Amino acid sequence: MHVRNVHKHYGAVHAVDGVDLAVSRGELFGLIGHNGAGKSTLFKMMLGLLPMSSGEILIDGESATGSTFRSVRQRIGYLPENVVLYDNLTGLETLQFFSRLKGASSLDCLPALERVGLTDAARRRVREYSKGMRQRLGFAQALLGSPRILFLDEPTTGLDPEAIREFYTILRGLKAEGVTIVLTSHILAEIQERVDRLAIMANGRIQALGTVQALREQMDLPLWFDIRIAAQHFDTVRNLLGDLPISAIEAHDEHVSVRCGRDAKMAVIEALAGLNGKMLDLHVREPSLEDVFFGFSD
Amino acid sequence: MEFRQITTIAGKEFWDRIRNRWVLAVALVFTVFALVIAYFGGAQQGTVGFRSIEFTIASLVSLVIYLVPLIALILGFDAIVGERERGSLDLLLSLPITRFELLLGKFFGLAGALTFSTISGFGLVAVVLSAQLDLAGLFHYFGFMLSSVLLGMVFLSLAVMLSVFAGDRAHASGLAIALWFFFVLVFDLLLLGALVVTGGSYGGEIFPYLLLLNPADVFRILNIFSLDDVRSLYGLSTVFPKALAAPWLLGLVMCAWIATPLAIAAWRFRK
Repeated sequence: MHVRNVHKHYGAVHAVDGVDLAVSRGELFGLIGHNGAGKSTLFKMMLGLLPMSSGEILIDGESATGSTFRSVRQRIGYLPENVVLYDNLTGLETLQFFSRLKGASSLDCLPALERVGLTDAARRRVREYSKGMRQRLGFAQALLGSPRILFLDEPTTGLDPEAIREFYTILRGLKAEGVTIVLTSHILAEIQERVDRLAIMANGRIQALGTVQALREQMDLPLWFDIRIAAQHFDTVRNLLGDLPISAIEAHDEHVSVRCGRDAKMAVIEALAGLNGKMLDLHVREPSLEDVFFGFSD
Repeated sequence: MEFRQITTIAGKEFWDRIRNRWVLAVALVFTVFALVIAYFGGAQQGTVGFRSIEFTIASLVSLVIYLVPLIALILGFDAIVGERERGSLDLLLSLPITRFELLLGKFFGLAGALTFSTISGFGLVAVVLSAQLDLAGLFHYFGFMLSSVLLGMVFLSLAVMLSVFAGDRAHASGLAIALWFFFVLVFDLLLLGALVVTGGSYGGEIFPYLLLLNPADVFRILNIFSLDDVRSLYGLSTVFPKALAAPWLLGLVMCAWIATPLAIAAWRFRK
């Protein structure tokens, strides 16, 4: 998918202000930002739901609007945020309805339900479904017709931790089949280890774009060493690190926490080797996606 | 335009109304009211029992003018705004369907449900009364059913238009009630008031044309004018020119009343 110099203006308000983006086949791409950052607007323009003020969005080289809209939309799967499906239909009927509109085979419906673990509830009315089951049904709907690209808006809302893990397992399977996935999430801890790349949006613009690791390096946020060591060796630690550019060192109980810049990381590790087996445990804390996010979006 | 997409949406809307027994409930209301009116319509004059199809239709027309617009507005006011509010509109529009196909599908599905209730509800009454009706009577009754269906579609079309314009369901329901008040209660009073205030000296010639601006009045004229016994009772022949009362012409006016709100809705919904 290619997004080229896309703008969306509402009068003087620039909801999306010159976004360029390319997502490759089989990539799991995250789009994050505060509410009002412009990601929903961008999402809707990618789906062809909202006209652009200017710019171009191509999916497999074709536009989701205009004369090619039907063929492009047959290749798209979409799960909107907080969607409420039809209470009076069963899970299976819901999928049959959407598969007809999508021009997909009705034979796709049961396998889609099976994929999200709803086979047993297929013939129950949606009104009897829990919030998590509804979300999974919405996801099954997005999988109809073997889409080549999936747009998932806050897809794990209402899912319990186990269902979230299953959800990302399914996404990995789809990725392996070459499906491109674009998702938004407010739960940064959940996506930081799972997306291939992500974009951070603020004020209608992409403020940062890349892998989580690349963004950490770009932000140059400090990292932490948590050392577990007997209290009598605290001074040894201080002495070993004395000449290094350490920005903070805190000691309490059996722990010493050391904060340093990324460029000092290897030097600290080498210095700690001088503890000669006195160290009981060591944990290196990289800045979280949340730290990176606030760094870029503030 | 893809016919298949329209029938998929329409089919879902129709079967929804069948399954939640909406169609059954409305058909029963029509049957019960029509039978009560047919047998007890003359009770105020001291007679009980079926009198004539003319008087029955005349009474039914008054009932239908209140009931059918209300039912049609309730049926259609959240057609689009309801989908928008529950977040499923974006999902539907992300599929290979145009906005126009979605709108038409919604309208035809709901119109099908309303038509089915109207025909089965009033049709059952025709079956019950058939032994007492001659061919002309049946013909009149059939005309009454057909025009009731058209009246329902007019108000359904207006309701679908509201559901495109309204920002939320509460707003749409308020507008629907206002529309019902205007066409069913206020419009004729305003017209009558204007005639009385001007002492009938102005507007006498355009008065019949003004009646065409209210689909409920068109429905009334369509049914009453064809019944010779009743026409004089209503005093309609004195104000309404016969040339304008041709059933095909009034039928066309009703069709225009169906098409216009739908066209406005489609224009608005494009954006």
